[in-house]
Amino acid sequence: MGRMQLETGTTLDGFLIGNKIHEGGMAEIWEVTKEGIDIPLVMKVPLILDGDDPTMIVGFECEQMIIPRLSGPHVPKCIALGDFSKQPYIVLERISGESLLKRFKEAPLPIAEVVELGAKIATALASLHAQDVIHLDLKPSNIMFRTTGEAVFIDFGLSRHLKLPDLLAEEFRVPMGTAPYIAPEQVLKLREEPRSDLFALGVLLYTLVTGERPFGNPKHTTKALLRRLYESPTPPRLIRKDIPGYLQEIILRCLEVKPERRYPTARQLAFELYHPEQVALTDRATREKTNWFRNMIAGRIGGSGKAPLTRLESYRHAATAPIMMVAVDLAPEQVALATDLRDLVKRLLVTSPDSRLACVNVLKTAKIGLDTLVENDGTSIHVKRLVELKNWAAEMRLPPERITFHVLESPDPAEALLTFASNNHVDHMLVGARGSGGVRRYLGSVSTAIVAEASCTVTVVRHPAEDKHHDETETAAEEA
Amino acid sequence: MRIALLADIHANREAFEAVLARLQWLKIDKIVLLGDIVGYGPDPAFCVETAAELVAGGAVAVVGNHDAAIDGDADDMNAVARQAIEWTRTKLDAAHRSFLAGLPETETEGDTLFVHASARAPRAWEYITGPVQAERSLRATPARVTIVGHVHAPHLWRLTTTGVATGHAPVSGIDIPLVRSQVWLAVMGAVGQPRDGNCAAAFGVLDTARSTLTYERIAYDHFATCRKVREAGLPEALANRLLRGR
Repeated sequence: MGRMQLETGTTLDGFLIGNKIHEGGMAEIWEVTKEGIDIPLVMKVPLILDGDDPTMIVGFECEQMIIPRLSGPHVPKCIALGDFSKQPYIVLERISGESLLKRFKEAPLPIAEVVELGAKIATALASLHAQDVIHLDLKPSNIMFRTTGEAVFIDFGLSRHLKLPDLLAEEFRVPMGTAPYIAPEQVLKLREEPRSDLFALGVLLYTLVTGERPFGNPKHTTKALLRRLYESPTPPRLIRKDIPGYLQEIILRCLEVKPERRYPTARQLAFELYHPEQVALTDRATREKTNWFRNMIAGRIGGSGKAPLTRLESYRHAATAPIMMVAVDLAPEQVALATDLRDLVKRLLVTSPDSRLACVNVLKTAKIGLDTLVENDGTSIHVKRLVELKNWAAEMRLPPERITFHVLESPDPAEALLTFASNNHVDHMLVGARGSGGVRRYLGSVSTAIVAEASCTVTVVRHPAEDKHHDETETAAEEA
Repeated sequence: MRIALLADIHANREAFEAVLARLQWLKIDKIVLLGDIVGYGPDPAFCVETAAELVAGGAVAVVGNHDAAIDGDADDMNAVARQAIEWTRTKLDAAHRSFLAGLPETETEGDTLFVHASARAPRAWEYITGPVQAERSLRATPARVTIVGHVHAPHLWRLTTTGVATGHAPVSGIDIPLVRSQVWLAVMGAVGQPRDGNCAAAFGVLDTARSTLTYERIAYDHFATCRKVREAGLPEALANRLLRGR
């Protein structure tokens, strides 16, 4: 084990050591530079205490194992690793700016800011989970924001890679995590549930919006943490009156004891935070009492007579809980196509019971000049479309928490649909194709553009054409 | 150094050839055969000759219980295995037998030990099927990494810093860092007779410089091998096993 003392001005494996910028309980962070690398860098060095505390070593190895495998804007880029035989370290891209800790200390924060922070962090979690990694120690000091806005996770010392051995599984006697944020299943030492991160995010949002912690700051002992298996927090609106129902709904759903009652995926949570006006409100939104007593009774003697959380179902991700988007053309001559599209959506919804569906229609506007978006009788065309879209979907009888409706206004329907899909991390888009005629082939259609450019899976639905001639005269009026 | 790990070829020519062909693409510096070159399968002579050529070219091989049974006794084996050993003996000449008889129990490369079944009493042929057997092997050697076969289903065991043997079901195709704070025991799947429900031939690659292990699978024409097993008059259970991978 290396015991090199780092000093400003010395070099290590070609890295020139700058100033020490942070000293935490587990590691030190140094500014470093290296010739040929022109992005700001930091070197993270584990703090090896007397006796080579094995858990600290394993935690650092865990981080060395996971960080190089991650990519995307939500993690710092990994530049180099130092071996334990000499001097262990990780050199990372330096994320400028502050961690969330500074703003966290100023809680309660404005509602809009909390929702925006939540959406950004949920988006980052979705990216992490898609790479088979669960963070398992989400807290303000571990989250930073790029100048471009993306949330970045900077510490993976307790994380789990689902395809690699869990080095930490047998190392700790007490549950791993940070006491205020730890999810009930983590208390039971289960480390393969991505929705544990949604729980921690719920704790974070609760605290940011109320200024109080939902479960206090308990001692880090198994006994103290076991309360989390039945505890239900004070509804945030009891602490702060102006919290909207949707935000209480979202927070309390994240804080459900059973993972399967939380959002199925971080992506779906992000979707809700980006579309708060469409959050389906349940009794969580209006809850006005702390029902820990009820929960405790239910936990002790309810149903099967077991604790509310004893075992986990296998985890869900985009494969079983996709965000699906259907682009519906509401033009009267496209009724048959819209019906075919709905039939396919219905079949897909059966196979993915945790999926959610965004129904989208584009209101095509002129490229130049102002459109009259009000009809002669004064009704808004936008509202009219929304009503038609809901009518189209009504037959599917989806519960409100699984479906949302969006009318987009744009001169370019394909562009509008692609942007919506990308902004909302849609996994699967379904779109109708009006036909396959000759003119369409040359001029290009909405579905063609979507198939060519979408970054998600796309299914194109066709209605068997009976009169191709009619179809070819229609290109100009295209809308989706 | 990148070392290819091939266990339990079991006289399966098609599987052996498929794995060797795959190795061409994996920048391999050395091949280690982890025992049981023969037994069960229909092509013992070919597999022994190929193994001998590899060894002549720098590969390393250790002895398996089926290899040892050719010139020894097969009394401890079940009826099917014993029947196959008796059939195999009729297909091998003196040179084949002498190659198998000369195989060592263990080999080492740096801090890595190669042995067919378990580091504890290699000739006892103990199966590493749980944490108890894993811990016995892990504690019987000073090697930081032990690579075995014999079980015919891939698994990765380690002794944590707290002294607990714990297992991991490996996923194919991902580099697993064998981190230095732990002691590792990797059970490779079988090239020639997989029993984990996957018919594809199993093998692995150990990268000693990076200290990573990758479990790999490659599909081969197991229908052809199955046909040969039947044509050879070997027990039908052995043919079925190749079809089901179990």
